[in-house]
Amino acid sequence: MRRSNLKAHLLRPQFAALAAVLFINWLLFPGFFAITWQDGRFFGSVIDVLNRGAPVAILAIGMTAVIATRGVDLSVGAVMAISGAVAAVMVSDGTPAVVAVAVALSAGLVCGLWNGVLVTYLDIQPIIATLVLMVAGRGLAQLVTEGSIVTFADPLLIYIGTGSLLGLPMPVVIAAVLMLLATLAVRRTALGLLIEAVGVNRSAARFAGISSRLLLLLVYTFAGFCAAISGLIVAGDIRGADANNAGLWMELDAILAVVIGGTSLLGGRFSIPMSVVGALIIQAMNTGILISGFSPQFNLVVKSAVIILILVLQSPMAAQWIARRTTAAERTPR
Amino acid sequence: MTAGDTPVVEARGIVKIFGQHRALDGVDFAVRAGEVHALLGENGAGKSTLIKILTGAYQPDGGEVLLNGAPVRFSDPLQAQGQGIGTVYQEVNLLPNRSVAENLFLGHQPTRFGIVQRKVIAAQARELLATYGLEIDVKAELGSYSVAVQQIVAIARAVELSGKVLVLDEPTASLDRNEVAKLFEVIGRLKARGLAIIFITHFLDQVFAVADRVTILRNGQLIGTRDLSALTATEVVRMMLGKDLAYDQRTLGVAESVQGPVRVEFRGIGRAGRVAPFTLSLHEGEVVGVAGLLGSGRTEMARLMFGVDASDGGEVTVGGRSVTIRNPQQAVAAGFGFCPEDRKLDGIFGELSVRENIIIALQAKLGWFRALNRDEQNEVAGRYAEDLDIRAANHDMPVKLLSGGNQQKVILARWLAIDPSFLILDEPTRGIDVGAHAEIVRTINRLREEGLALLVISSELDEVVAYSNRVVVMRDREMVAELRGEEITPAVIVSAIAENTGAKA
Amino acid sequence: MNRALRPLIATTLIFALAYVAAVLQYPSMLSTRVLGNFLTDNAFLGIAAVGMTFVIISGGIDLSVGAVIGFTTVLIATLIMWAGLHPFAAFAVALGVAALFGAVMGAAIHYLKVPSFIVTLAGMFLARGGASVLSPDSIGIKHEVYTAISRSYILLPGGGRLTVIGLVMLAVFAVGIILAHRTRFGSYVYALGGSETSAALMGVPVARTTVLVYTLSATLAGLAGIVFSLYTSAGYSLSALGVELDAIAAVVIGGTLLTGGYGFIAGTFIGVMLQGLVQTYIVFDGTLSSWWTKIVIGGLLFLFILLQRLVFSASSPKGKVFWKT
Repeated sequence: MRRSNLKAHLLRPQFAALAAVLFINWLLFPGFFAITWQDGRFFGSVIDVLNRGAPVAILAIGMTAVIATRGVDLSVGAVMAISGAVAAVMVSDGTPAVVAVAVALSAGLVCGLWNGVLVTYLDIQPIIATLVLMVAGRGLAQLVTEGSIVTFADPLLIYIGTGSLLGLPMPVVIAAVLMLLATLAVRRTALGLLIEAVGVNRSAARFAGISSRLLLLLVYTFAGFCAAISGLIVAGDIRGADANNAGLWMELDAILAVVIGGTSLLGGRFSIPMSVVGALIIQAMNTGILISGFSPQFNLVVKSAVIILILVLQSPMAAQWIARRTTAAERTPR
Repeated sequence: MTAGDTPVVEARGIVKIFGQHRALDGVDFAVRAGEVHALLGENGAGKSTLIKILTGAYQPDGGEVLLNGAPVRFSDPLQAQGQGIGTVYQEVNLLPNRSVAENLFLGHQPTRFGIVQRKVIAAQARELLATYGLEIDVKAELGSYSVAVQQIVAIARAVELSGKVLVLDEPTASLDRNEVAKLFEVIGRLKARGLAIIFITHFLDQVFAVADRVTILRNGQLIGTRDLSALTATEVVRMMLGKDLAYDQRTLGVAESVQGPVRVEFRGIGRAGRVAPFTLSLHEGEVVGVAGLLGSGRTEMARLMFGVDASDGGEVTVGGRSVTIRNPQQAVAAGFGFCPEDRKLDGIFGELSVRENIIIALQAKLGWFRALNRDEQNEVAGRYAEDLDIRAANHDMPVKLLSGGNQQKVILARWLAIDPSFLILDEPTRGIDVGAHAEIVRTINRLREEGLALLVISSELDEVVAYSNRVVVMRDREMVAELRGEEITPAVIVSAIAENTGAKA
Repeated sequence: MNRALRPLIATTLIFALAYVAAVLQYPSMLSTRVLGNFLTDNAFLGIAAVGMTFVIISGGIDLSVGAVIGFTTVLIATLIMWAGLHPFAAFAVALGVAALFGAVMGAAIHYLKVPSFIVTLAGMFLARGGASVLSPDSIGIKHEVYTAISRSYILLPGGGRLTVIGLVMLAVFAVGIILAHRTRFGSYVYALGGSETSAALMGVPVARTTVLVYTLSATLAGLAGIVFSLYTSAGYSLSALGVELDAIAAVVIGGTLLTGGYGFIAGTFIGVMLQGLVQTYIVFDGTLSSWWTKIVIGGLLFLFILLQRLVFSASSPKGKVFWKT
């Protein structure tokens, strides 16, 4: 049972897509899969894909649950900027890095909670509710940094962004651990099922005695928390907090990663690991475009093509077409 | 009757099939010019399907629609409107965000050089509404007016654009008495103008007040078309609920069966505008049937009991202890279960599996951290699926792929899984096949024997009679009668429902 | 009173009070010079916001406007500087491309039945990416037409200058007001935002209107791009970053309901001016920093979303159903 499940998982189109992108990268750059061991850590393009993909993957972990409830969180990019700014300013003022990290993560929690309150208690549509923080959040981050790029030399923050553990880049380790914990949290408890139930049919959830408010609050708060972690990584990576550019447009990458991972924007079934795979697909494309010598901006064109492809595949028209094909296929052998 | 002989609009032998369900089975229906023709039937009788076929929203699978004697086929409601059939729905399908005048003329506004002639429109709108006895500021937002005014505006638009047949689909459902009178005045004027009016409602008094003839449908079948002058309210109810005089004998002797102590008591529970405060206690091992027509307040009563809507006051006791029920979670915690009337909207989680649909309420009750593991889930789902004979290829398939009857059993299983002490079933047998129907009735009887307290709302009278120890009758959002023992016969229930209705309004 | 007017009145009051307060503190803010600069500096935003107003009234959202502005500046720059086209020919090409772009997005939204924010998000990526494929670097535009346009203005009493691009914005607002409130197309847009089902039942051409709304928005974004290139005399793929958010904020602050169905083009004008006022005040103050703009705009956005919830849910027709008995 378990084994056949695993096989079914690996046969999903997302893995095929990831393999295809990696294969193209290999064609473009034969050394793509080469991994070397140097200074106590691994180096190589594949490791680089994992490392660069980690911030979006972490955002996507939080975004998955939000989208599963039929919501969306547009503010995560701005929350990244806030968390990075808070940590950077605090350490450069001499606060111990551990405290700074804790405060930055709390800032993310508060931002997420704010979104959650707007969505649940004020009953504002998620896209609109989170738009407020998307607009104001960057301003808040700049307020914290007073408009400049705050650089720091704190070893802990830098370690979060660029360090390594067991030979793997720290962001990859954090993303992997977070993915594992989040997956366990939703699958070993009832949270996953209840979130899916709320996303599939909120009215039926109410009749079944599910308290959707608390769940929604939790989900948005968790998305804010993930964004804060991601913000710390990005800040640690460049050894500074750039309120203007940290996490810019990354909310959109995160949404895209979740959608590529197979979670419908209409809510319901979700998979956190598949969203992470989605984030890796996006990053593998980015890397591929970089090594093939195109301008990094060319990414955007490719991304838009991917979105369009997914939209067409998920559209009712495609569903009808597939339904027609499968019924026809079922009929023929009989 | 002022009518001529050729009907303006006629349906002959209409058949409509959804999946395996025959929503309409050879129904004939004809409306003459200058008559108000009521169309009656419980939910699922086929009223709205018939209307949708007449107005082009659906295409019939058999039979034909004739307009002034000539066969027609409408591809959509717009086309039907263009050829003379206009419809006004219960939820006014106009634009509350736009002005009254714009709602009357949208899509047909007179323009000059592409600029809409607002003054002309306003003047025409005022003039038009005056013929309906309505003098209002036509430049104000439609949404700022009462539903009654919106209805009349919708009627004016429909008549203006079509002009032969007017379909009124439950127009009075949310109106108060004065507004209904106002609306009837408008209907009277239109009738005098020679329009053919189809009037759908579930208020019998209104049928008698305004309609000339009535057509009654039940389970997709035509029961009959009659002149109302020759009918009594009791006869109409009987036609709707399908009770012949032969059924007047009680078939099963459940009422005398032994009952336990009071399990749950509702005292003074009610909500303004929904259902008047009522008091009802249910014993262990007792089934209380709720009879009443659609809109009588029966569903509203169940929603209050389960905390879906909060009560304005009153008290609930369970096993003698007072409990607060302001939301479904509290109801579930108190050991209540509720199978709602609208399975698709409020009941099933279509994308989730049969197994998950069965265990969801139990899981919600256990909380976030006491998760049922896969084996426990399989065990619970398996037990109740077998118990209720839920037929699914496997329990991992999405519940939306099951038949209506099996979906209903899944929801029933969901509540049995929490081991409830009080179960509310709202129309548990509607729209499901005969086999599943019988099984659900059997299950109700079995649960009673196991000591559960049940409240069962149903418009199937023989069913209610078969399993109820007691029957409460709802009418006009009020509990009007409580029948026991020998009183529980279809004839008594029918007359309790119909009582006074013919004389009112 | 028409309840849709309430947020608009609130905006107007806030703008008036804020302006009076600013003038009391810095009397020199009360001059045609400042007003003229208001119009010039916010012209591209205002033009894009008019298109956004139509989209939001129709119940959608357009995240691609900033990117379309950026793309247009680059397209114009390449057409003029590299292909040697006359600026007016370049403008025509740019508007045509933008219109086509919007039409495709509108068609995708309608026929694929996808939320507008996803489709226009793809549009945003495509336009930004396309712009940087054309030229990743900023291209300066040197042409006598550009010089001429930037030199011509109407001198206002008090020394203020009403520039060509300021005038273009005012004209766009004027046309937008007529289009929204006095044409069938306008009433269809409101109808879509009110209820798509009702609109369809009432005979509104839903598909055509949806396509046209996004075409209009993208065309106006293209026009905003032209204005932006005149304003900066350059084409750069990353210009007008985040303008869609400013435009959305201006629309909402201007009293348009984010869920569609209610709104005023004139309100958007005040929304844009309010943003301009905040920026100008910050410049006058000197000690405040530019990020306060975003925070204030975010705060106002929140305030108006809250206000709309209060105004539109307290007395919604749904609540009226059981208003008696």
